[in-house]
Amino acid sequence: MSARAETESKRGEALARYETVVGLEVHAQLKTESKIFCGCSTKFGARPNTQVCPVCLGLPGVLPVLNERAVRFAVMTGLAVGAEIAPRSVFARKNYFYPDLPKGYQISQYDRPLCIGGSVEIHAQDAWKRIRLVRIHLEEDAGKSLHPEGREGVDTTRVDLNRAGVPLIEIVSEPDIRSGGEAYDYLVRLKQILVYLDVCDGNMEEGSLRCDANVSVRPRGQTAFGTKTEIKNMNSFRNVERAIAFETERQIGILEEGGRIVQETLLWNADKGTAETMRSKEEAHDYRYFPEPDLLPLDLTPEWIESVRATLPELPHDLRGRIQREFEIPEYDAEVLSETRALATYYEETARRSGNGKLASNWVMTEVNGIRNKTGQSIEEFPIRPDRLGDLVRMIASGTISGKIGKQLFELMLKDPEGPETLVRKHGLLPIDDEASLRAIAREVIAANPGPAAEVRAGKERTFAFLVGQAMKQSRGRAHPEKIQDALKKELEEGA
Amino acid sequence: MSADLLHASAEAIGRSVVAKERSAAEVAEFFLGRASRTAERLGTYLHRDPERTLDAARAVDRRIAAGETLSPLAGVPVALKDNLCTRGVPTTCGSRILEGYRPPYDAHVVERLREAGAVSTGKTNCDEFAMGSSTENSGYFPTRNPWDLDRVPGGSSGGSAATVAAREAPLALGSDTGGSVRQPAAFCGVVGLKPTYGAVSRYGLVAFASSLDQIGPFARNARDTALLFNAISGRDARDSTSRAEAKPVMLDEVERGAGGLRIGLPRDLIGEGLDPEIGAALDRVARSLEGAGARVLDVSLPHAKYSIATYYLIAPAEASSNLARYDGVRYGIRKPGRDLIDMYGATRGAGFGREVRRRILLGTYALSAGYYDAYYLRAMKVRTLIRKDFSDALARCDAILLPTTPTPAFRLGEKVDDPLAMYLNDIFSIPASLAGVPALSFPAGFSKSALPIGLQLVGRPFEEATLLRIARAWESIEDVTDRVPPLVEDGARA
Repeated sequence: MSARAETESKRGEALARYETVVGLEVHAQLKTESKIFCGCSTKFGARPNTQVCPVCLGLPGVLPVLNERAVRFAVMTGLAVGAEIAPRSVFARKNYFYPDLPKGYQISQYDRPLCIGGSVEIHAQDAWKRIRLVRIHLEEDAGKSLHPEGREGVDTTRVDLNRAGVPLIEIVSEPDIRSGGEAYDYLVRLKQILVYLDVCDGNMEEGSLRCDANVSVRPRGQTAFGTKTEIKNMNSFRNVERAIAFETERQIGILEEGGRIVQETLLWNADKGTAETMRSKEEAHDYRYFPEPDLLPLDLTPEWIESVRATLPELPHDLRGRIQREFEIPEYDAEVLSETRALATYYEETARRSGNGKLASNWVMTEVNGIRNKTGQSIEEFPIRPDRLGDLVRMIASGTISGKIGKQLFELMLKDPEGPETLVRKHGLLPIDDEASLRAIAREVIAANPGPAAEVRAGKERTFAFLVGQAMKQSRGRAHPEKIQDALKKELEEGA
Repeated sequence: MSADLLHASAEAIGRSVVAKERSAAEVAEFFLGRASRTAERLGTYLHRDPERTLDAARAVDRRIAAGETLSPLAGVPVALKDNLCTRGVPTTCGSRILEGYRPPYDAHVVERLREAGAVSTGKTNCDEFAMGSSTENSGYFPTRNPWDLDRVPGGSSGGSAATVAAREAPLALGSDTGGSVRQPAAFCGVVGLKPTYGAVSRYGLVAFASSLDQIGPFARNARDTALLFNAISGRDARDSTSRAEAKPVMLDEVERGAGGLRIGLPRDLIGEGLDPEIGAALDRVARSLEGAGARVLDVSLPHAKYSIATYYLIAPAEASSNLARYDGVRYGIRKPGRDLIDMYGATRGAGFGREVRRRILLGTYALSAGYYDAYYLRAMKVRTLIRKDFSDALARCDAILLPTTPTPAFRLGEKVDDPLAMYLNDIFSIPASLAGVPALSFPAGFSKSALPIGLQLVGRPFEEATLLRIARAWESIEDVTDRVPPLVEDGARA
């Protein structure tokens, strides 16, 4: 064994002795038209500081007024994950100084959050696992600090307050996650729920979904938690996974060398694939939370909460189960097809129209998603609408056309909005199954291949397949695959 | 005509303008003329713009000419405390940190006054961010008491109280967090009302302590106070803590006299430290009201003695957060620093005065991890007890009568170096602030040294009318509202 391999193997053994413990804090921007405490637009990408007013600029004398829609969206999320909705929750001020925080405090919730508990189911090593939630609370987003390349020696920071006051929910998980992979799956499924609810667009690049991870390790079998670190600045789900893997190894490395983990906040550097210290425990902020005196406690009646529950759409978990049963498809298919609400709808329409759920599933998963993966189209933009695809799948399922012709038709349908029945005729792709036409093809093939024909007549069975292939080629795949064999056999006998 | 306006009530001025007996512009010119002779000596205004005032008055005249029906405050000059936002007009809260700041919007009350046809005379001096009891904490200059220039006008709304007392304006708005309307009203011999918390929208009032701040009117008599209160009160959707229960005070109600009312005296609070002349005034007013048909009884406010301690935890805590926005990043002054933190320190160190810095530190400490439970949380619990004291006492009586201040106006410089002595001056005004109930200071007469004495009435939530009714009853017994400060006589002669 080489020295290097030996090191690797030892490292692997060390890793196996430990368990990773992760809790995630996810910030999701709510898709309201206006900000949480004023009427300014929340639209992303406007020119800096054009979507602001005295309230979100934190000018002297202004007061916040809570956006009811933001409350509704937060409650929808809470209900979707099975959280308890607090009949009374309280806004609190989180005080800290930063140029992109106009008031010098963020209005958030502290000891009395809007939603308590709940859980998100993830798929971990081929089994379902429940990640419990601590809470979901409402708060306002801060602005954005931009650090453009200043002139030499001049340190310039520019502040864009368009984002200041955009409603956020913070979703805090229990430390139930055991690996970067589980964290990844948790994020995928949480995002899926938010997007199904249409309360968040889930775009991590635009910052509408953000995630911090609390990571610790402990020897397997130990129940007490190790010292945790917090990692920030991960701008994709994959980076969350990578950062957790990195931090797990770093912590185990320290422990294996007899060291101690220091409680600190780390900043993930995606380019280097490492995390660097941002601030230590001693430098941690004291946010001096206290109840926000400018807002009344948020009181929600059971009737109102139930009225929100009544508007909840079908959620990924329920939809998955339903289409699996209704269309008799495997769990895997149901999972792929329920990735988004729109894809599931597309599939359902295709499946109903075709009358063959499994075949429809194959076509959507393989052909439709195959093209979309290349083009980046959303399912809404996909040129073949589900009624057309349903017709195509029905034609294949009923044996009207072969799968091979089906694929040719599919290619044509990408460019031509006509239905498959019309296109089949337009492009002469109708199957050839009448005796006379098939016999004519057979004769041509035998005439063109006298040698192989002789071999078959002499009893060489295997060469017959060659002739069948030639006949299919001659008919451009349209010849009925069984009937052409009969035609060939008859022509070979008659011509002998 | 001039003498007319000098002694005319705001109500009479407004009615005469509506009746086109005189123009709003004439009225404005009269009061601008008075202010031009006294305002500088008194230090009443931080910002005056006579042209703007006249333009506003002319606009009111045009509205009346066009047949618009305006309120009884049409054409009445109103002075605005400098912590009320006025669009395009400097609003500094008496602080250097907001030097040159002009808000892009009007406070709710400023909008309401414009609709009513009132005319702003300018922005009055105050203790920086309303923190103080003498207007000596203004970042610019102190205000003087029109009755004695060596004495303070009280604070923090000292400029507003003094400008009404000096007859530079018939009306003014101030803000009251722990007594900042009532105490200067008492020191200056005018009426000052702190409305029920939630009766007047705070939108556009620069926050000091959000759970205590209320905008309140100054006037020379109860009826004018009612009119100004009516012009600014009521629910405003932009202030979530403003309340629909706030209803206008009917003048008929104010005129009903004290007969049948039960007036409580909180003997346990009125004790040592009270100036004997104020104690005597209290007894005299109580007896007079009794004579007018009211019943006077003793009530108890057992937790009121903890008010100052409680207030000086809650108010600074909220202030420390409210004042965090003055960081030099977006508006106001900015002092350069080596880095961001240094810039914050330099800006806030230069922009805030000693008292403001003291309260920010106090509040920051009270909210800090490990101290929150012992200080802020405990103070909130005591506040609940004080609130209950008032609801219990006010179940037995219709209003509580007590002094506004322990002494009449003190001398400039007398307490500036002794913050505790300054804080203790608010012992009678702070309890009602913590309870959120309405409280009114009215002129009860003068001390032997010719300083005004104010007494206070505290009532049930949204029952401002009862307080004004009692004050009006007292005016009809002993009217002190006609007396004009000697300085003003000088000014009038000049």
